[in-house]
Amino acid sequence: MRHLTSIRELTKDAAISLLDNAQQLSQVNDREVKKLPALRGKTVVNLFFENSTRTRISFEVAAKRLSADVINFSADSSSVSKGESLKDTAQTLEALGADAIVLRHPLSGAPKLLAEQDWISASVINAGDGSHEHPTQALLDALTIRQGFGLSHNLSGLKVLIVGDILHSRVARSNILLLNLLGATVTVAGPRTLIPTGVEQMGATVNNSFEDALSAKPDVVMMLRVQKERMQGEFFSSTADYSKAWSLEGDRLAMVGKDALILHPGPMNRGFEISSEAADDPRSQVLRQVSNGVAVRMAVLYRCLSGEQL
Amino acid sequence: MQERVVLDSPDIDRALKRIAHEILEANEGPQDLVLLGIPTRGKYLAERISSLLEQIDPAYQANCGVLDITMYRDDATNAERRIQATSIPDCGITDKVVVLVDDVLYSGRTVRAALDAITDFGRPRQVKLAVLVDRGHRELPIRPDFVGKNLPTAKTERVRVLLNQTDGQDQVVIG
Repeated sequence: MRHLTSIRELTKDAAISLLDNAQQLSQVNDREVKKLPALRGKTVVNLFFENSTRTRISFEVAAKRLSADVINFSADSSSVSKGESLKDTAQTLEALGADAIVLRHPLSGAPKLLAEQDWISASVINAGDGSHEHPTQALLDALTIRQGFGLSHNLSGLKVLIVGDILHSRVARSNILLLNLLGATVTVAGPRTLIPTGVEQMGATVNNSFEDALSAKPDVVMMLRVQKERMQGEFFSSTADYSKAWSLEGDRLAMVGKDALILHPGPMNRGFEISSEAADDPRSQVLRQVSNGVAVRMAVLYRCLSGEQL
Repeated sequence: MQERVVLDSPDIDRALKRIAHEILEANEGPQDLVLLGIPTRGKYLAERISSLLEQIDPAYQANCGVLDITMYRDDATNAERRIQATSIPDCGITDKVVVLVDDVLYSGRTVRAALDAITDFGRPRQVKLAVLVDRGHRELPIRPDFVGKNLPTAKTERVRVLLNQTDGQDQVVIG
């Protein structure tokens, strides 16, 4: 595995093996010396064309835990704002010694383009592209679910409900693909305006009522952030109306099974798509997701960078 | 290539018993011993040596762990390796006598990686090395303290250790 630009590149076995490695690497966090020498001498560039603090820091910590050197390159403060193309930027970074480029880009498909064109020989890892995919987020969610149910292999038989702004969510897309690959059943729920057409073909059932979807007793309720920055035009009448129908709060929180897990990719809009009560509930896995993010990204970086000489 | 059995089940039992006695002798007793097996088969050998130590000396306190060295290898690039669990006994390894246990000693690169890994968990008073088979061809200045069998080999030959726990039978074959 040289690149990871989409969950579609993974077989079931490859996904499970990444999760197994991530599970072992998550234990490094408990050690006194939280560093492994596996990627010593390698250089990882975080190339971010979109603001993101969490994902960038998570990749940065992951690379540093593996002893790689990390360069953070954010497009708004660089030559990109002077009009440099993705190709030139990537080639420049490779000339500076980059072995892997972690790319976040507002355009869907940018990481795939960079991986498939013959511009560079470095590994390309997708850290979120437009409304397309965010594969490491799906992997960390799967790891969190696996841990939450004490599973050591796939997720077969689990029911996962994804709620909110599915249309703009790359997290939802990667999750639908990965959860299906691992044998879980996926339902998506949200306002009709925020459900993309064709989501059924990806392997998700659509439900237009949060209450109805909750009454099916999902094992996992994954709340998504409403991505106002991606919304051109009106997708719902007001925040209050959205919250009334789609926020995880009060009676709806009470409908969530006592052994179910509540996930949110962050950053949370408390009081909008999720109430503080739900975010701080013992069933909420939000912080576990963050620490698993580092482990999953370590596993992905290790896999991409140690297999490259094959 | 024809495979030849070089150690059978009773041979392996005898070798492990002798190693257990030698460890006690070298350490002048069971105090401060920590056994760390290197996955996959070193882990089971360490467990077996540990239970033999318990039988031989009731004063021995079983401190047996697992040390995965995947992330410390210098040759990780040629294979996608599965990372295994590392478990260090609760007593830690600082000021202890650590006995590393592996199945086959060959280039010495695994042991070098293990020595690096150990420093991330503490500072042992001593580190010793026990192997079931020493097949020679060292690429690093590393030597074992306890050896089940010295096995002269050609570099082209392949030594395989089979254990009850992983392979359903105890046997060392060369081919």
